[in-house]
Formats: sequence, structure tokens, C-alpha cells
Amino acid sequence: MSDLSFAINEGDFLVLIGENGVGKTTLVKALLGIKKPAAGEVHRQAGLRIGYVPQFRNLDAEYPLSIADFVALNLPRTIRPWLNRAERQQLRQILAATSLTAIADRPLGLASGGEKQRAYLAQALLNQPQLLIMDESTASLDNDIKFELLDLVAKFQQQNLSVLFVTHDWELAKRYGNRYLHLEPGGRFSQGPINDFPSELEEDD
Amino acid sequence: MFALSFMRHAFVASTMIAIVSGVIGVFVVARNMSFLTHTLSEIGFAGAAFATFVGWSPLLGMLLYTMLSSVLVGQFSSDESRRESVISAVSALFIGLGILFLSLSNQSASSATSILFGSVVGISRGEVHQLTLLSLLVLGVVALIYRWLKFDSFDAVGAQVNGVSGLGISIAFLLLIALSVSVAAQIVGSLLIFILLTLPAASAKYFTHGVAKMMLLAVLFALLGTWLGLYLGYLTNWPVSFFIAAIEVLIYASALGYRWRDKQ
Repeated sequence: MSDLSFAINEGDFLVLIGENGVGKTTLVKALLGIKKPAAGEVHRQAGLRIGYVPQFRNLDAEYPLSIADFVALNLPRTIRPWLNRAERQQLRQILAATSLTAIADRPLGLASGGEKQRAYLAQALLNQPQLLIMDESTASLDNDIKFELLDLVAKFQQQNLSVLFVTHDWELAKRYGNRYLHLEPGGRFSQGPINDFPSELEEDD
Repeated sequence: MFALSFMRHAFVASTMIAIVSGVIGVFVVARNMSFLTHTLSEIGFAGAAFATFVGWSPLLGMLLYTMLSSVLVGQFSSDESRRESVISAVSALFIGLGILFLSLSNQSASSATSILFGSVVGISRGEVHQLTLLSLLVLGVVALIYRWLKFDSFDAVGAQVNGVSGLGISIAFLLLIALSVSVAAQIVGSLLIFILLTLPAASAKYFTHGVAKMMLLAVLFALLGTWLGLYLGYLTNWPVSFFIAAIEVLIYASALGYRWRDKQ
């Protein structure tokens, strides 16, 4: 990747699109600060809170935690082991906002694919991040479940959450994104408003 | 049976061990570390043999060996796929040393079997105090790092992207296992420690779905095994370790049965 420069603005739904292996996840990891970029800089607004929904989580049917307990893992780290009233309230709110209240006590291991993704989303949104990064989170889901999940994300976006959505599904990109960043092999890239997305690229990705 | 002071000591000691094992065990199971726990208990045996050789108390030798090897394992197995072979290598070395020290120290076979299989009814008042102190230390540290440990153990991927450090927590937890193993070895012996550290927690996860509730249930299962085991040992004069092992396996089998019926 070379000379790539882009910004995510408040309330954006930026779609990061490109073939497998082109460096999307590497870019995301640089944004998160997990990986240092080989060159260049990532500027984060001071105190910017980022929520991240990773691509893979291998939770099998034996995974014991309930959905509520799984989501609660991301509460602020303090030396107080138990949850206080404000934290319980925070947890209830996010479960309600992601339609998980009714199944909050069920083990996550036995939840459906869509329910699992909603739980991952709820965990990432628990600390009210300003930027949400979703890495191929919809790849393994059926179409209507994909739409359900992204409709939910779009609702949070309307409340001023910025979204960086990594995908190679241009149909989803057009439906939800307002801007795109397209990575191509060999380090080329293009970006712009989603309506300018070059239609000849749509077939490839 | 409580008229006998050694039975009272055994009872207090086994209660502490059951609580520590239940609490730590939940994280051992969540992190898939049963094999390491088993290995650490063998290493504990080697440490005790070393202690006998140099004339220390067995607990001191166990602490030294298990903590040293946990840090080694933690340092060299940051790569998950390499963990099992690193553990095998470390344990091979330490068990070899254990056998060497045992033969060098010219102790009778009975001291070896007491290290391996536990000697709960031979436990002194001083040892009970020592054990209680170490147990409280383990529980206190778990309480302090609970939120970090919980996140890293039950959702390693989420913990990593949220900046919960993997290596620091891993090594802290390995040290906690080392401490618990050394504590538990006093009562069930090295070879059966992994039973208390794994089976109660592995059974608990089929009945409940919160971390705190799993800890509570695992502690109850561990208490059931150790108390009943002590009592049956007192009645029959058979080894306490045998009863504890049998009871915990029974509990685990019924947990699997419960899970199976639940799924139907």
C-alpha cells in the first residue's frame, strides 16, 4: 500500500472495499493501533473511542457465557470486580438497543449467527465509541440477517456514530455507505462519495 | 471426627483448597489450560522432591518450581500452536529433575507417595496457616485483576482489540495457577490437583452461564468432593484422594448427562 491518505469524518459510513489479501485488515489494525504502519501516520483525535467488531471469533456451541455476560466483558476495566448500578444500566441500555434483551440470559454458544453478530456489535458499542469498525462482519450471514444487522448499525450512525465497514460486497456498500475507499492490488486506491463508485469495479469485488 | 485435631486441620485446609480451585478452575477451563495444569502439578512434585533434597519444606520447593516453569511456559508459548510442545519440554525437564532429586535424597518411598498423592490428614497447624494465607493471596489477586482476566479468558479476540494486554495477563494467571497448584498439592497430591482445578469448573459451565455463578458452582462442586472425600476416607481408611477423584468424575459425568438431556 502506498501514499494512501484518507479521513473518517463524524457521522460517516465509510466503506473499505477490496479483494482478499489487498491489505484491508492490515489497514484496520493500523487504525486500531494494534499494528504499526511500516511508514506514514495515523492521526486519532485525542481520546477517540473506537469500537471494533472483528472478522473471526471462534466461539463454539460449548461457549458458556450468556449474551449479557459476554457483552459486559467490555465494561471499563477497574479493580472493582462487581458491576455498579450505572454499569448495569449501561448494559441494559445497549442490550435493548441491539434487540438482545429477550435472549440476554441465553448462552452465546447456542445463539444463531445473526444473534452472535448483534452480541459482538453490542459489546463493541458498550462504551459509546465515536467510531465503529466492522471487519467483514456480515460475510457468513444470510441476506436478510445482513440487512437487519446493518439497519441497526445505520440507526447508531444517525446518532453521530462514524462507521468504517470493511467488505467485498459492493451491494451492501452502496446500500449503506456514503463514502468508499477502494483498495486495489499493487497499492493503488480510489476514494469518493459512494455514488461515484466506478460501476466497472462492481463485477470484480 | 472433629474431635481429632488433624481432622479439623484437614477440614479447614480442604475448604481453602476447594475455594481456590473452583475460582481459578473457571479460568483454567475458559483458557483451555487443563493440560498445563496437569503438567504443573507434576512439576510441583519435582519441586517437592528438590525441597526434600535440600532440606526445605515441600511447599517452598513446589512454589519455586511451578512459578519458574509457568514463567518459562508463558515466555516461550506466546504462539498458541506451540504451547503444548513447550509445556511437554518444560515438564520433561522438571520431572526428570524430580526423579533425580528423589533418588539423591535417599528418602523412603513413603515421602514420594505423600508428595504424589497428598497427605491431607498429616497436615499441621502451621501448614494450615500457610495454606490459608496463600489461598487468600490468590483470591485477592483474582479479585483485583478480575475484569482484565475475565475479558482475556472468555474473549481473547475482543480483549486484544480493546487493548487488554495478552502477555501480562497470561503470565499473571500462570503464576496464579502455580500458586494454586502448590496449595492444592498439600491435600490431594500432585497427581490429582488437576482434578480439583479442572473438573468442578468444567462441570459448572453446563449448569450456569455467568462467570461469577460458574465460580460459585465450581466451588460448591469442589467442596462437595473434598468434604465428602474426607469423611469417607475417615470412615473407610481408604485414600482421601481416591474419593475426591471419584466424586468429581461423577459430578462431571452427571453434568455431561444434564447437557445431553438438555439438548434433546
